[in-house]
Parts: sequence; structure tokens; C-alpha cells
Amino acid sequence: MFYDARISLGMLFTLLGTILIAFGISTRDHAEVYARSLGIDANLWWGLALLAFGVVVLALGRRGQARMEKGQTAAPAKPQLRRRH
Amino acid sequence: MPNLAAADWLILLIYGFFMLMAGFSLKPAVTGSREHMQGGRAQPGWLCGIAMLAAGLGSLELLGMGAVGARYGMAGAGFFALGSIPAMLFAALILIPVYYGARSGTAGAPARSIPEYLGLRFDRKTRALNACLFLGMAAFSAGISLYAMARVFLALHVFDQVAHGLNLPPTGFLLLAIALPAALVLTYVVLGGLGAAMYSQALQFCLALAGLLPVVLLGLKKIGGWSGLKAAVPASFLHEWSDAALAGANSMGIGAVGLILGVGLVLGGSAWCADFRLLQAPMAAKDVQSARRAPLIAAAAMVFVPFLAILPGLIAVGLPTPHTSIFVHNENGAIYHDITVVPAVVEAGQGLVPAKADTNGKPVIGADGRSVLDYDMATPNTVVQFLPMGLLGLGIAALLACLMGGVAASATAFSTVFTCDIYEAFIAKGASDKRMLAVGRWAALGGMLMAIGAACTAMRFNSLLDAMALVFAVVNAPLFATLLLGALWKRATGHGAFAGLIAGVAGALLHHGLALPRGEQPGVHGGWIAVLHRPSSDLALGLRTVGFAFCVTLIVTALVSLRTKARPEEELKGLVYSLAERPQASATWWKRPETLAAAILLAAIAVNAIFI
Repeated sequence: MFYDARISLGMLFTLLGTILIAFGISTRDHAEVYARSLGIDANLWWGLALLAFGVVVLALGRRGQARMEKGQTAAPAKPQLRRRH
Repeated sequence: MPNLAAADWLILLIYGFFMLMAGFSLKPAVTGSREHMQGGRAQPGWLCGIAMLAAGLGSLELLGMGAVGARYGMAGAGFFALGSIPAMLFAALILIPVYYGARSGTAGAPARSIPEYLGLRFDRKTRALNACLFLGMAAFSAGISLYAMARVFLALHVFDQVAHGLNLPPTGFLLLAIALPAALVLTYVVLGGLGAAMYSQALQFCLALAGLLPVVLLGLKKIGGWSGLKAAVPASFLHEWSDAALAGANSMGIGAVGLILGVGLVLGGSAWCADFRLLQAPMAAKDVQSARRAPLIAAAAMVFVPFLAILPGLIAVGLPTPHTSIFVHNENGAIYHDITVVPAVVEAGQGLVPAKADTNGKPVIGADGRSVLDYDMATPNTVVQFLPMGLLGLGIAALLACLMGGVAASATAFSTVFTCDIYEAFIAKGASDKRMLAVGRWAALGGMLMAIGAACTAMRFNSLLDAMALVFAVVNAPLFATLLLGALWKRATGHGAFAGLIAGVAGALLHHGLALPRGEQPGVHGGWIAVLHRPSSDLALGLRTVGFAFCVTLIVTALVSLRTKARPEEELKGLVYSLAERPQASATWWKRPETLAAAILLAAIAVNAIFI
């Protein structure tokens, strides 16, 4: 069964965002880490952005998945979609 | 150069894990050849669109866009928009409904590949010829992509600790950097087929954006915002069309008319309307509306993506070139000498773009006395320059994601074309579905091995990297002309298409063999038969070769078709646009593909008009 691809997309970005935030917080006071990114704690900020994106996509994906499953129990796949070559 | 920290490795491992998961989680869904080769023909439009985009933004394209940004500036953004958006919109409006709806008779199975469409529309010989050419191109381009990115990883030095830990010589490292992504892609493609490739492409495309966007933002901040960039690069770098329109030749050496016809019509069409690596995604959509939505979504993203991919290159040339420096400072009476040693190739470069190194590691000096720059390194160097520990892993994952998205598209397309257009059509007619599935999986393995072979050949003969443009011109440009005539002109015949394809292939080779860009040696850059004319650059030669092959195919197909017997109209039902079923118009006017296409076109023009 194909599932809604947004679920894995959302999971990946939620995970990456969380890791970057955690790493960003733990290295906040190490200026030498952020010399390359001009003194900005890029891990923290970008991690927040990725986390937000991930959560939104995950929510959309779960909704899509629920709809997909509902649609399948209500009406089994159309016969023409099932036809094999 | 920085090494990767634990956080970077964690991110890379998570990326690899999700790629494998795409394969393993879809393995139960792949119960037959239809699920393997067409993703069950049940995918939503947005996924097809992103997959199409990720397939078109492979490692060669990503590095190439950065290189164009570093070399020609903003003109490159217009170049890439022109080379994709009109063709995508044309595909959405006209060609995709024909490809998607093509079937043998009224009740037959739908076409699974572009060669199969050619077989239905024309005849078996055209199908076989195109299938063979396509298989060669798919394997070769995947190999070249793998090699190009492996070379970048070697030059970035971020994996040095691994290479030292394993006691690898540079060639061993290259081999590892080629084989590892190839093995990952192969695993999920064999397990999950096109579905897994598309699911992972969605992840890869988003990762590529997530990795590049902070680089662009930090780079722009470093260089002092837009005004700082303006001051740091030549003025013409920030204008797209001024020279092209006025002088008839901008820094790429192509006239305005040549640019619009060559890039917009032929180059874009050969990729987005004819290349099965890109078209397999919309052909896997669940219905024709979703299939048409795919290139529209891709086109909408293409309004912005070129800027994101070009700016790292532009920032790279705008930054100051690193030099070996001695900084003396006095602390509590003791004198310290801080020496920063910069390799000669970096010092001979411009900004972050290093010079090309010869076999001794010395910078290569061109005929004009200046060092020859390795523009492909522009984007990767900018990524390494600005991303701190942690985000650096994401940046490397973005480079890997572009590579793997493109290679996966080649692998699945290779598998599908081999299985339906060579195996089923010519070797074992009426093979069982189980057998087809097995052959499809073995074909993916075979294609990937051929790609690794091509990558290893490129390791020995570096100039193969430059042969990609020729291969594209030989395979895709004639095919686009054939498909255009096949889908739009009822009178085109099988003999005509076959003759046209052969003439186009020969024409492309002949044109490339007779012209040599200025300042190049005869060989892979052209002129390997004799030098009759000298276009101003590689790019100009590539465009002319593509255009020439396209025109030759168009003319020969038309002439031969008019001399041969046309197929009766009832046989062409569903295979030609004028005889195809019209897709039902959507109820609300703003959801119609025509409206969306017009809106995207206007947005693209508006965005690019900023840089006139």
C-alpha cells in the first residue's frame, strides 16, 4: 500500500529540526563554532524553521493518510486502476 | 577546511536512513511490475511535480547552475528559467495528456514509457532505436553525475578524517564516494521501484532547498547584502538581458534570438518534454489531471529555484580571494606569527572559486595568461565556507540529495525502458508479470553497474565530463522533434520518424565534429572531424548542436512522412493531440491548467524582469 509521502517528509524535517535546535542550544556559548556563520547561531534558527516546516507537513500528511484510508474502505479502488498489463 | 563533527554525521546518517526507509516501507506495496515501474500509477500530482523537479535538479545541474552563476552572473537565472518553464508549461498543456492517455486501442494498457509511446504512435523500429539510445544516455549521465559529485567531495576535504582512517589513497576515496551513493540509490530503487524513487525525491528536493537557503542568506549577509554584492561583482553580472537584447551577444556568446529559440524551445523541450527520466513521474500520476498538475508545480518552483542555485556561485566570486598571509601580533612582549597557508590553486582562483589544478597540483594557466577556474567548485565551496558545524551536515546532505535524486531517476527510467521496451517487446513477448518485476529489478542493478563503469572511465578520462552536452544533443534533441511531430501531426509516419531520428543523431555528431569553440583543443569539446567554424563558447556550440539536430530531425521526418503511407485515423486515436480525449475542464476557472500556466508564465517574467 502506498502511503502519504508527506508523512516521511514531515518526520525527516521534524527530526532534523530537533537535532539542529538541540545542537544549537548546546553550542550557543561557543563563539568559535559560529565564526563561519558570522556569529549567528545558525543551527538554532534554521533548526526552528525546519521544525516548523516538518510539523506542518507531518500534520498535512496525517490528514491525507486518514482521508486515503477512509476513501479506500468506503469505495474499493476503481476496477480500471487495478488492471494489469 | 573543516572536518565533519558528530552532529554533522548524525544528520547524514538520518538522511541515509530515510532514503533506505523509502525503499523498505514501499517494498510491500510493490507486488507487480506496474507498481515497480509506474509507482502503481496512483501517485498524487504534487508528488509527481516535486519528483520531476528533483530528477531535473541532479548533481550536474546543481554544480552547473553554481558554475554559471560564478561565470556569467544573473544571466544564468534567466537562462535556466527560459530553458525550463516554457517547456514545462507546454508539456502540461499539450504533451502530458497525450503521453499519459496513450494506449493501444481503446482498452489496451496505457503506455509505460516514452519509447513505448513511440512504438504505439509509430512502429517497433523507432521504439527500439530510441530505447537503445536512451539506455546508453541514462547510464552514462548517471555515471557522470556520480563522478562529478565524488570529485567535489574529494576537493572539499570534509571527509579527510574518514579517508585517513581507512588509509585510502585519493582514487580509493573517489571510488568510495562513487560507490556509496550508488549503492544507497540502488537499494531503494530495487526494493521500492519508481514509487520509492519519487518518495525519496520529495525528501531530497526539500533537503536541497533546506541546505542551500541558509548558505545564500549567510553569504549575502557576509558580502553586505544586495548592495555589497553589486559592488563585489562586475556590473553586468547582475543584469539578465541587457546585453543579449542590445548587442545581440551577451557574455555567453549567444544572440538574443538564438537564446530564445535555442534555449527556450529546443533545449528546454528536449529535457522537459522528451526526457523519460523527467517524464516518468507525471506518467505515474493517478489521473490525467494530476499528471498535468505535475509540470505546473515544477514550473512554479522553477520561477525561484534558479536564483537559489545561482546565488552561491555569484557570492563565491564576489568574496575576497584567500591569500597566504602572515599576521604578526605582540602579546605581553612575545611576538606571534600567525601564518595562514593557502594552496596555490586557491590563491590563483577568484573569490572562493579555485583554479583548476594540473596533475602536479599547480594551477592551470589558460591561453590568455590567466588561470583557468574550476567553476564547478563554486557552490560546494560556498556551502563549506558558511555553514557551521551541524548545519554543515545538512549542506553536505543537500549536495548528496541532488546527486541521488538525479541518479535514482536515471536508474528507474533505465529499468523501465529496458524491461518494457527491450525485454518485453523483443526478447520475451508475453512474459508473466512476476518475471517482468524480476527483470525490472535486475535491470536497475545492471544500469547502476553501467553507471559505475562510466564513472570509473571518467576518473581516467576527465574530459568525459564535457561530453554530457553532446550525449544530450545526440539523444534528446532528435527525440523531441520526433515526439513533437508524432503528438501534433497526424500525417507523420513510422518510416519518417525512424529516418528522422537517425538523421538527427548523425546531424548532431557531424555538427559537433565540425565546430570547435574558440580556445579549445579538438576532441571532446568538438572539432574531431575537421574545424569548419568556431562558435564563441562551449555553451554556444552545445546550443547550436542541439538546434541543428532538432531541425534535421524535423525536416527529414516531415519529408519522409509525406512520401510514405499515412496510418488511418482510427488507429491514431488517443495518440495524437487532435484525436486524443480532451481532459475534462475543471469546474472552477482558476484551477484550470491553462489559467495556472498563464499565471506561472507571468510570475516568471515578472521575477526575471527585476534584473533587466
